[in-house]
Amino acid sequence: MDFVLSIWNAFPEWVQTVLVILIKIVAILLPLILAVAYTTYAERKVIGYMQVRMGPNRVGPKGWLQPIADVVKLMFKEVILPNKSSRFVFYLAPVLALAPAFVAWSVMPFQAQMVLADINVGLLFILAITSLDVFGIILAGWASNSKYAILSAMRAGAQVVSYEIAMGFALVGVLMAAGTMNLSGIVEAQSGGITHWFVWPLIGLFLVYFISGVAETNRAPFDVAEGESEIVAGFHVEYSGMAFALFFLAEYANMLLISALAAILFFGGWLSPFQGVDFLTELPFIGVLLGNGIHWLLLKTAFFIFLYLWFRATFPRYRYDQIMRLGWKILIPVTLVWIFGLGIAIALGWQPWLS
Amino acid sequence: MGFEQIIFYLLSAVLLASAVSMVTVRNPVYAALFLILAFFNSAALWVMLEAEFLGVVLILVYVGAVMVLFLFVIMMLDINIDVMREGFIKYLPVGLLVAVVVAAEMVMVLTNKSLHIPKPTPQPADYNNTEVLGEQLYTYYVYPFEIAAVILLVAIIAAITLTHRKRPPSTKSQNPSDQVKVKSTDRVRIVKMKSESTGGD
Repeated sequence: MDFVLSIWNAFPEWVQTVLVILIKIVAILLPLILAVAYTTYAERKVIGYMQVRMGPNRVGPKGWLQPIADVVKLMFKEVILPNKSSRFVFYLAPVLALAPAFVAWSVMPFQAQMVLADINVGLLFILAITSLDVFGIILAGWASNSKYAILSAMRAGAQVVSYEIAMGFALVGVLMAAGTMNLSGIVEAQSGGITHWFVWPLIGLFLVYFISGVAETNRAPFDVAEGESEIVAGFHVEYSGMAFALFFLAEYANMLLISALAAILFFGGWLSPFQGVDFLTELPFIGVLLGNGIHWLLLKTAFFIFLYLWFRATFPRYRYDQIMRLGWKILIPVTLVWIFGLGIAIALGWQPWLS
Repeated sequence: MGFEQIIFYLLSAVLLASAVSMVTVRNPVYAALFLILAFFNSAALWVMLEAEFLGVVLILVYVGAVMVLFLFVIMMLDINIDVMREGFIKYLPVGLLVAVVVAAEMVMVLTNKSLHIPKPTPQPADYNNTEVLGEQLYTYYVYPFEIAAVILLVAIIAAITLTHRKRPPSTKSQNPSDQVKVKSTDRVRIVKMKSESTGGD
């Protein structure tokens, strides 16, 4: 141990800083990629059981190794470059889709003090970074030199840009209630047990946020970007192998991000619902589990992921003009009215949420 | 040379290179991509100047919204690059003149003694410039801010009235409010009748 420490101290200070940051990034990204892999497994299992079938159950016990098998298969597949496509942009697009999905996790607070970059414009940063997701889709559609791909890119681009507005307004409500854009600050503003969470005064904004979140990630029932029946598979129809896998990874990483944000912004993040109920949190052994901690954040995130899968198993796909109508004529007016009411409630000091 | 200076020169170099490529590159989609890169680097420079709110808003508004619409339009247009580059030599003198004037103005501003502002002292890490900016905008500058908002609203309405025209009646289109209001009795007529039997059982 001393030997390791002496090597560590031999580095100049800025090298140490960079190394610590790199280690933290790996500590966030590795579990994230694993979570993405097993979200695909959970999706196939959950939808399978909802449709009274088994889901994957051949590779490994109960099919647990299925995601690993999928990854190996995708890695050894050939990546085909279509004729007359723009080579550089074709390979750049999957990276542009994936990078924002990962970068947004840098400001995510997992627990008190457990955050990579504790910046004071955290919420705005997340909005800015998630608004870049659409470039991967648009450029993939353009670079593929395929009519199906470009049609899908147009649909997806218009859809994501429209729903970003509704989502932005929903987040404005959260920062008005919390009085800060720092994500840890938003969670701490909700401390005091389940009744203090922002979901109660902001229930309308939460619904708008989650609906737009589903639309932003191009998931069912808003998955017209990859409507298999009309435009074969959408913007990634020309992609194969690992290039396709990167789009897949980006979609699931974005789902996890939207779910984790829903937990943090509206459901108290790492805070326990039993906070303030002292006889429960002071119990031996289980008291630790019932108190605040990262496991509450993971549990809440898992619940929202389940909602995503549930939606996909039950809802039929929206028609494109209906999606646009829902976004512009229903969700945005709802958020505007709710923000106006919220301003009055804050001015009146509506306890216990808004002071 | 400190760590901060290395980052500054790196960002500035990429910013200048991408700005030059944006003008010179042949393909308009590549030009838009270089413009995005330039926006990113200038946002990073703003963050280095402790204007993190403005830096993030630059990415949110220009890269996340304006450039997406730009790319949309460029991708839909069938641009003939040769025709676009035809006037290059013809307009070169005018372009050079504008460039020289802008460069001369920048040199004059940068070398003028009366415009030299002393270097501001760095703020502590917990200084929140979003809050300060909001306070200034909504107290001292509330009227200019509101007037700017109204002018933008007028621009939006003007753009809509210019482009929105009634479709010719031959165009087939759906009316969503009719579709929402429709009832099953409008679409299906249930006819009660006796079952016909051929006596085959």
